[in-house]
Amino acid sequence: MQDPVLQVHDIAVRFGEVTALDGVSLTIAPGECIGLVGHNGAGKSTLISVLNGSLTPQRGTVGGQPYDVARARALGVRCVFQELSLCPNLTITENTRIAHRDLPVLGWRKLARRIVRDSLDAIFPGHGIDARAQVGELSIAQRQMVEIAMAFSSPAAPPRLVILDEPTSSLDAGLAAQLLAHVKRFIAQDGAVILVSHILDEILSTATRIVVMKDARIVAERPAGEFTQASLVQAMGSSARELTARRAQITGDDVLSLSLPHGLPFHARKGEIVGLAGLGGHGQTRMLLALHEAHAPQWWPAATPAVTFVAGDRRLNGTFDLWSILKNMTAAALPDLARYGLIRSGEETAQAATWKNRIAIRTPDLQNPILSLSGGNQQKVLFARALATRAPVVLMDDPMRGVDIGTKQEVYRIIRDEADRGRTFVWYSTEMEEMGLCDRVYVFREGAIVAELVGDEISEHAILAASFKGAA
Amino acid sequence: MTPDRLRLLVPVMALAALLAGVFYMQPRAASYNGLNLLLNLAVPIALATIAQMLIMAVNDLDLSMGAFVSFVACVTATYLKDAPALGLLILAASVVIYAGLGVIIHLRNLPAIVVTLGMSFVWTGLAVLILPAPGGSSPDWLRGLMTVKPPLVPMAIVASVLIALVAHLLVMRSTLGVRIRALGGNARTVARSGTSVIATRAAAYALAAVFAILAGMALVGLTTSADANIALRYTLLSIAGVILGGGEFIGGRVSPIGAVIGALTLTLAGSFLSFLRISPDWQIGAQGAILILVLALRLLFNRLEARR
Repeated sequence: MQDPVLQVHDIAVRFGEVTALDGVSLTIAPGECIGLVGHNGAGKSTLISVLNGSLTPQRGTVGGQPYDVARARALGVRCVFQELSLCPNLTITENTRIAHRDLPVLGWRKLARRIVRDSLDAIFPGHGIDARAQVGELSIAQRQMVEIAMAFSSPAAPPRLVILDEPTSSLDAGLAAQLLAHVKRFIAQDGAVILVSHILDEILSTATRIVVMKDARIVAERPAGEFTQASLVQAMGSSARELTARRAQITGDDVLSLSLPHGLPFHARKGEIVGLAGLGGHGQTRMLLALHEAHAPQWWPAATPAVTFVAGDRRLNGTFDLWSILKNMTAAALPDLARYGLIRSGEETAQAATWKNRIAIRTPDLQNPILSLSGGNQQKVLFARALATRAPVVLMDDPMRGVDIGTKQEVYRIIRDEADRGRTFVWYSTEMEEMGLCDRVYVFREGAIVAELVGDEISEHAILAASFKGAA
Repeated sequence: MTPDRLRLLVPVMALAALLAGVFYMQPRAASYNGLNLLLNLAVPIALATIAQMLIMAVNDLDLSMGAFVSFVACVTATYLKDAPALGLLILAASVVIYAGLGVIIHLRNLPAIVVTLGMSFVWTGLAVLILPAPGGSSPDWLRGLMTVKPPLVPMAIVASVLIALVAHLLVMRSTLGVRIRALGGNARTVARSGTSVIATRAAAYALAAVFAILAGMALVGLTTSADANIALRYTLLSIAGVILGGGEFIGGRVSPIGAVIGALTLTLAGSFLSFLRISPDWQIGAQGAILILVLALRLLFNRLEARR
């Protein structure tokens, strides 16, 4: 067997009272793609931080010697993070300069432009991205593509281990397939890849070996061929519950309506869950924002807001990073918790405690900072914030990005409960199964609604057919 | 057209409009001497604006800019003239102090506004110690440099173009410049790439100090003497110049060329209002109105751009 690319032995990481990693050992050999799966909070992100050198474990060895970011890069370890981490104010070329410290001092622009363009061409043929464009101008999918291309490129020594943390969460099916095909080519040339994904099909089809994490430990580690979707889910310890059955067609008054410049008009009835489907970035988010703008008070907060919003990009427009979990949770419902403009802290605590139990936020204390939670739990806090208001309409902008299956099931149940009580949900999601939970689905293409599916018409096939209709 | 160029269009238009206004009110200003007189005080302001821009590129704000430029002016008018070696040493030490400020602000996670506000009293205090009463005099070489009469184009314009060019190369084209702006855009990315965030921030502060020192020296070269309060206005002028030139308070979006144009615009605005015979009591308000007008224009442009 060849020398391993990287070896970690018996590492442990603790954040205060939370054990994030507990005696994890992993050997990464050239030419393998390790699929890393597990619940949110199982320790995947922490393990990745250790592997890329940004976190030093309290116990155990990484790579056999003092290990930090510079050492990791010298070893050829690259990482694509779950939340996008490019500088939006710089061009793609300039971002490449930041990522690759080994570019020459003079003439780096030309070289940087070339390597990022070559890498983009190799991974995403026909990407149509100009390396001179400013990152802030790109869509989320394009940013993710650039970040992936940067990780696979290099001015000198090629990368030996590329860590992909939920790389396909912002990509549509076609781009995801291109990426996974490139991963296979890369490992065929003796590169190593760690692939983290909640889409089990991707893991099963791409990985050579699958590592399952649960509660800060590795609980299963076997060749990918020995797993099936069901056995993987079982190993992760969450039982795939049945989706709530759809209800009969809803006939009520419209609570929301919006006519778009092209295509079909949008409307939503009381108590309905309306899905917005289609490929990522085809106008769904823009319509949600338009709905919010049309119904939210612009100047003075209303006592009963008409709509509330759950953001998908929680770093950008979701959490208040410096606040506690409690304050994050109650931020939208403060008018209900206040008397004469002063917040009644007793009621605030009570409300937060109710929601903590209702959607099972895993924390010993609600006074902890929001960033002490794992990503999935942070997302739950955002749900609680929206649901704690009295707003009859909840707008959701791909809120489940990178959330584990167990958490999703819990949130699905709560959404269904709330809908049964008469709340309306408008739900944009890139995941097909979530569309299966909706009462009615609008399919978007190129900024317009091109199809409306009701009840039993909703299927993966119908959505895909509508999303790709007319395309080559 | 790239968004950066589009951003530059507003300050360019504002400057052109003001120049046209000035020439219309006072046709004799459209001459070699006229332009030099109108714009020569813009040279130190432009340098201070570039200094402020470097600090703003890393998401900080330097409220001691005016006090520091005044301090430098006092050093220039005294030590640098009488004991050049000691003068240079003092100025070099102040660059080191600025770099140190960057380090402290980063390490202790302090708000730059508070630290620099505190430092502004230190600089003013030192300036008063050096020059208790207005006075001193400019080193002859500096006076000569600032009053040089190049053929065809007046010094003020040559200097402004030169400043813009050098700053553009440094901030927009060089590796260090990219790192500084990256720090403003997304500090985590910089840290993850293995680049030292502390060193980058310290470099931004040190570079800002160098430009601020040049500002102080240029100012003494023009006025021939110094005073501990000579440049207090520069703090707000430099911030306004950066914003006017298309920069943002956070996010590492800055434009050196825009900043120089912003500084020129602010200087011209004062003269323009004088030509309009607006009483000095109203001038500050009117200057603010011009600022609001230009920023409103930029907002309009951003909207148009977003609609495309």
